[in-house]
Amino acid sequence: MEIAYFIETIIKIVVILLIFSALAGIGTYFERKVLAFMQRRLGPVNVGPFGLLQVAADGIKLFTKEDIIPTSVVGRIFKIAPVITAATAFMAAAAIPFLPSFTIFGYEVHPIVADINIGILYILGIMGVGLYGPLLGGMASANKFSLLSAARGAAVFISYEVITGLSILAPIMMVGSLSLIDFNQYQSGGITSWIVWSQPVAFILFWIAAFAETGRTPFHLIANDHEIIDGFGTEYSGMRWGLFFIGEYANMFFISFVISIIFLGGYGDGSFLGALGLLGKVAFFFFFFLWTRAAWPDVRPDQLMWLCWKVLMPIAVINIVITGIVMM
Amino acid sequence: MHNEHIEEHFSSRNVAEMPSDYYMVAIEDYPKDGWGKFKRAAKRAVKGELFVGLWVVMREMIRFDIHTVQYPAEKMPIGPRYRAVHEMKRLWESDTERCIGCGLCEKICISNCIRIDTRIDENSRKEVSEYSINLGRCIFCGYCAEVCPELAITHGGEYENASDQREHFLTFQDMLTPLDTMKAGAQREFEGFGAITPHEDERVKKTPLAY
Repeated sequence: MEIAYFIETIIKIVVILLIFSALAGIGTYFERKVLAFMQRRLGPVNVGPFGLLQVAADGIKLFTKEDIIPTSVVGRIFKIAPVITAATAFMAAAAIPFLPSFTIFGYEVHPIVADINIGILYILGIMGVGLYGPLLGGMASANKFSLLSAARGAAVFISYEVITGLSILAPIMMVGSLSLIDFNQYQSGGITSWIVWSQPVAFILFWIAAFAETGRTPFHLIANDHEIIDGFGTEYSGMRWGLFFIGEYANMFFISFVISIIFLGGYGDGSFLGALGLLGKVAFFFFFFLWTRAAWPDVRPDQLMWLCWKVLMPIAVINIVITGIVMM
Repeated sequence: MHNEHIEEHFSSRNVAEMPSDYYMVAIEDYPKDGWGKFKRAAKRAVKGELFVGLWVVMREMIRFDIHTVQYPAEKMPIGPRYRAVHEMKRLWESDTERCIGCGLCEKICISNCIRIDTRIDENSRKEVSEYSINLGRCIFCGYCAEVCPELAITHGGEYENASDQREHFLTFQDMLTPLDTMKAGAQREFEGFGAITPHEDERVKKTPLAY
């Protein structure tokens, strides 16, 4: 039994790692296509049918590119920083139930690596640790733009961790558990039992904070091309830069899963339709990340801080107080 | 002449002639006190402008009106006055080259990229023996075409002049209109600098006989 559990966990980890590494690549393809169509362009068309093999071409290029370590960087930290970003992104996935449990060859599989009872706390904590990737990478790069990016990254992550934590507190109070599976069971009674109906404010706040956590467009100031080049990634090349990239896209997928499971019912009653529903919700949230990138401008860092501390945090606190009063 | 769309586009470039399309944008004053700032923030928050932006890009995606020109396969029509790689024209009447070897283009060239050499041929006529343009130096200013008294050297529409080295020379024969093009009557006149404007015949003053 112990051995079987061990093997099952290893297999699950490898599958998740492979699927989401590949999805990160395919995600870039969809991002380029969606952005192109919204801007009346065609996007990649030349490599493979509909440009689908562009992902493979980019991957080959990233893997075979020279790994340049500039002379004045702090070598060890510079090398370890991208690993932190990618590793924490995948570590956070351990507590996410990707699909309802299903039976294969008479063996029941739970598509979650570890159903720990502090699931959400673990995910938020690990995503918080992900800050060290941009922070250390930017500080070790010996580049003023990277340093600016690191400072911005630290400010944004720490500020929006507050929003994430406070906004999610109200649903946690309602469910009474930190496990994402318990969240799913709480909402398994169909659309009307979704937490988004009873906690719309928390949903919006968490969604906004998700953009800051993943550094996507309205809050893309950590690596804002027109201001600070590529931010913490400026001095990176080849696969080290690729690890930052995979981490960013994996984070987008995982945060989409988390939003769908916490607020939108997850996989519902665990049927096949429910599983498809979860994937559909995740696809929508991922698409929304691309959609906003085409539509919205970036905010300034001071506006981002203003939004966080003067608008979102008071609303989150009020939301918790009202939830508490109603629950009493 | 060659492309109606471009003609139309070039003929109405003066914005002063179409004042009805322009209007002043109403901009509100900046709020001065805290309450005004709060009201502005609240108004912007509920105005839904973010959703307008989302709708606009989604509409364009659904409409799928792609404007990409897939360049090597597709090319945009180029303006008749475009100043790309030079051409040497022939006379319509006799198909001989128009260049009389006066050397004005070499003289006026501000980047010194034209080199011309002439000699007296067997019929005691001046003939161009050497002519080359260094496209690596040429800045495509159009002075040579403008100064040419015979409308011999002009600019063409050939803009794909990538080269494996910086010095990229064109000789007289490279630029000269091929004879079969001439026989087919397909030589294109240049409409840019130095060219004869349309309806020139009607506007030119006849020399009085008593002069």
